[in-house]
Amino acid sequence: MNYIRKFYYGDIPEDKGGAEISDSKNPPSGGRGADWPLWEVFIRSKQGLDHKHAGSLHAADAQMAIENARDVYTRRMEGESIWVVESKYITASNPEEAGELYDPAKDKIYRHPSFYNLPDEVNLM
Amino acid sequence: MPVQNFEQIFQGKIDNEVKIEPKDWMPDAYRRTNIRQISQHAHSEVVGMLPEGNWITRAPSLKRKAILLAKVQDEAGHGLYLYSACETLGVSREETMNDLHSGKAKYSSIFNYPTLTWADIGAIGWLVDGAAIMNQVMLTRTSYGPYARAMVRICKEESFHQRQGFESLLVLSRGTEEQKAMCQDAINRWWWPALMMFGPKDSESTNSDQSMKWKIKRKSNDELRQNFVDMIAEQIKTLGMKLPDDKLKWNDERRHYDFGEINWDEFWQVVKGNGPCNKQRLDARKKAWEEGEWVREAAAAYARKKASPNPSKGGALEAA
Ligand SMILES: [Fe+2]
Ligand SMILES: [Fe+2]
Repeated sequence: MNYIRKFYYGDIPEDKGGAEISDSKNPPSGGRGADWPLWEVFIRSKQGLDHKHAGSLHAADAQMAIENARDVYTRRMEGESIWVVESKYITASNPEEAGELYDPAKDKIYRHPSFYNLPDEVNLM
Repeated sequence: MPVQNFEQIFQGKIDNEVKIEPKDWMPDAYRRTNIRQISQHAHSEVVGMLPEGNWITRAPSLKRKAILLAKVQDEAGHGLYLYSACETLGVSREETMNDLHSGKAKYSSIFNYPTLTWADIGAIGWLVDGAAIMNQVMLTRTSYGPYARAMVRICKEESFHQRQGFESLLVLSRGTEEQKAMCQDAINRWWWPALMMFGPKDSESTNSDQSMKWKIKRKSNDELRQNFVDMIAEQIKTLGMKLPDDKLKWNDERRHYDFGEINWDEFWQVVKGNGPCNKQRLDARKKAWEEGEWVREAAAAYARKKASPNPSKGGALEAA
């Protein structure tokens, strides 16, 4: 099938020697040892801060996931604590339900301190 | 909702600079274009380690060896960030690797050139990473969220790559006559392939700019290439070297450097697989994958064993 035929930097299109690439419509049978699970990596950059999502990687087990995360995500002192969790255990909200989930917060401006007008002498409250 | 509406909402987000995230609805062509581009980019990072890896054991000092190791390790990381971004589009890592090994998926043709002398390592850092940075800085604003985030991370690491390359050439350019000649020779050989990295001229393409409309790309090949030429033409003055192009000249009217014609025939030959090292590179990747199989298998077996310990055996071991 023809999609984008324009040849951009770093994007060799299918009709110029870049053959049709795979996209999981026909997943491979699974070569031996190629099926390490996917892990999500969370890094705390500094004691006192939250762990923040840094990226993902494949590893055979949790210990290897931490070791690999150390090697790719903390080479320049970006972290001092790592969490890993297998990606399959993460449940994500559905973007199509964003309206139902988040719109109700929109008209509740009384939840913000700026909603309350106070006299100057106490306005630092 | 009809597809038409989904497409409108999608394009609306793009137009308003709202990033597209993995679970959002997206046109299939957008998804496939991103898979192709991100995977090619990932393969380029990984194959790009080979020409440089060639010099790790032969770097002229411990300092240069440590620097080169660190750079090559960064490139492995870049490959990982990009493979992960690619996976968010529903393609498995294994499929992506298979496509590289079968020759279906391409990588940047620059990595099909050989690294003949130590000066090539400096020239690669300065010119090849320099050209890649032009593209990657633009891509930090690409419309697909995971790709853009990978690019931000990559760009933070890239500037060290270009600087160490330039610094290494600077040392050679101030060295002996042989070192100077080696420096100039490396620049001569890498200059044109580096310009080719930006892809064919914009005028070559008769097709619509869908990648621009979707903001996967935000600058044209010619624009990026011109920015690169303007940057390098100035920087080379510090090295006291010459770019191998008689037509290179500042154009006061355009406020840009003019430069000579690229050998597009060579470019297409290399893309089609007939470059000096295409076969060698792919063979090296396949060999690494095949010879790593027992490691992958052993790690998987060990993980399985740990996950389901035999209670009686486990107890015995603990008692012992
Ligand atoms: Fe890189
Ligand atoms: Fe780099």
